[in-house]
Amino acid sequence: MKFFYHFGKYLLMMRDMLTRPENLHMYWKELLRQMNGIGVGSLIIIGVISLFVGAVTALQFAYQMGSTFFPDYLIGYIVRDTMIIELAPTLSGLVLAGKVGSNMASELGTMRISEQIDALEIMGVNPNGYLIMPKIIAAIFIVPPLIVLAALLGIYGGYWAAENYGISPANYQKGLLYLFDPFNVVIMTVKSVIFAFLIASVACYQGFYVKGGALDIGRASTRAVVYGSILVIFFDYIVALVLT
Amino acid sequence: MIEVKDLKKSFEDKAILKGITTSFEAGKTNLIIGTSGSGKTVFVKCLVGLLTPTSGTITYDGIEFTALSQREKKDIRTKIGMLFQGSALFDSMTVEENVMFPLNMFSKMTAKEKMDRVNFCLERVNLVGANKKYPAEISGGMMKRVGIARAIVLNPKYLFCDEPNSGLDPKTALVIDELLGDITHEYNMTTIINTHDMNSVMGMGEKIVFLHQGYKEWEGTRHQLLESDNETLYDFIFASDFLKELRKGAGQSIKLSK
Ligand SMILES: Nc1ncnc2c1ncn2[C@@H]1O[C@H](COP(=O)(O)OP(=O)(O)O)[C@@H](O)[C@H]1O
Ligand SMILES: [Mg+2]
Repeated sequence: MKFFYHFGKYLLMMRDMLTRPENLHMYWKELLRQMNGIGVGSLIIIGVISLFVGAVTALQFAYQMGSTFFPDYLIGYIVRDTMIIELAPTLSGLVLAGKVGSNMASELGTMRISEQIDALEIMGVNPNGYLIMPKIIAAIFIVPPLIVLAALLGIYGGYWAAENYGISPANYQKGLLYLFDPFNVVIMTVKSVIFAFLIASVACYQGFYVKGGALDIGRASTRAVVYGSILVIFFDYIVALVLT
Repeated sequence: MIEVKDLKKSFEDKAILKGITTSFEAGKTNLIIGTSGSGKTVFVKCLVGLLTPTSGTITYDGIEFTALSQREKKDIRTKIGMLFQGSALFDSMTVEENVMFPLNMFSKMTAKEKMDRVNFCLERVNLVGANKKYPAEISGGMMKRVGIARAIVLNPKYLFCDEPNSGLDPKTALVIDELLGDITHEYNMTTIINTHDMNSVMGMGEKIVFLHQGYKEWEGTRHQLLESDNETLYDFIFASDFLKELRKGAGQSIKLSK
């Protein structure tokens, strides 16, 4: 029952967000601020994680193959596809659910508790439109490039690890080009857009309706991270089911 | 002038306002007083439409606010300024950007005109040289001033203040009160102020509405206040035994400045 109550309220929040901006320029500025926050704030952590995940994937695959008859170059192929299809979008999704999700929820929660949202409304600004819409749009535009970057860095991490393991760069590169299916990139993009939307909208919902005090902001941002992560994994499965 | 008729507000089954009828005049500082938790904030939030009353009507200079659509309410809101209890400044913006925000959203002024208006308002609240500071970097009293400057930047007809001097030292509180009084008279605004601070009540109460247990227990001017024989009001004003003794000692001879 509670689920339906929250889902209904979530839908209403999304509906109220879709009004004509009072002033396009101000909304645009807010959008840029959010894009900057999400992008710059997440670049380093996503970069570091992807590099190492790519490296680990390469190492472990090389280890698993051991002295079997599989050719070396398959490492490039495996790293490329696991990064693109699964690891880059899902791991980045989880990291972003933590970082961006908690950020958005606590920003909105603070604005709610300190009556900044009321202040906007009194001025005649639609707070859903001005605060939530730019966050969701910014996420949808910034998360996919971040995830593409994650995939590239992962592949580079794999390259680096494979070389240290004794696999020639030429072979790794050969693997990278082996049986490349552009549709996998489509899967990655679809996942990134869905994850971005889910993470941002759920975090906004949690933050926007905070009641109480500072502790409740903390709770809301924890919920944003937990629900965001679960949804990322769940929709990862759904997309895999539908698109493969 | 704002008129309120039989305003009621409940949360779930908890009645907070149980039928309030009163009016607030233009060019005057109208005070809503009452103990903490008596529903002052709820009352003001109903007046400006941040909360929807359970029943009753609110009329702004003849326009029935409670009957308006969301969009029509937005029009009235551009004539409303509000100072929140915690100032409610936007954390991500500087003092200057905070005050300029309503102008950026709603006015068609040039950048220079906006800047001039912002500086004018900041000077009006005696705050100069803090333009580039963030809310986290200034004191509570300064935040209130920025809040006032932001509230008046669009020349509102109606100004609402929720406990404008809570959390301030008595001296700063007095300055803020005087400022609000001056601005009200200068621009002939309908100003409504929530407070439980007796200094403010005696200093600026041109019209006072006393809320108690969801009802309007008493209303009048500050001059009538001391002569009132309303027991509940008496208890509220002379909250401490010390004050009560003092009042007995002084008889009825406490005089107010004009
Ligand atoms: N959104 C709300 N939901 C439920 N109860 C509320 C809400 N807002 C205020 N109240 C209750 O209304 C009463 C009056 O609160 P308030 O108007 O803030 O008092 P005051 O401003 O006079 O100190 C309090 O008991 C408070 O718990
Ligand atoms: Mg209050």
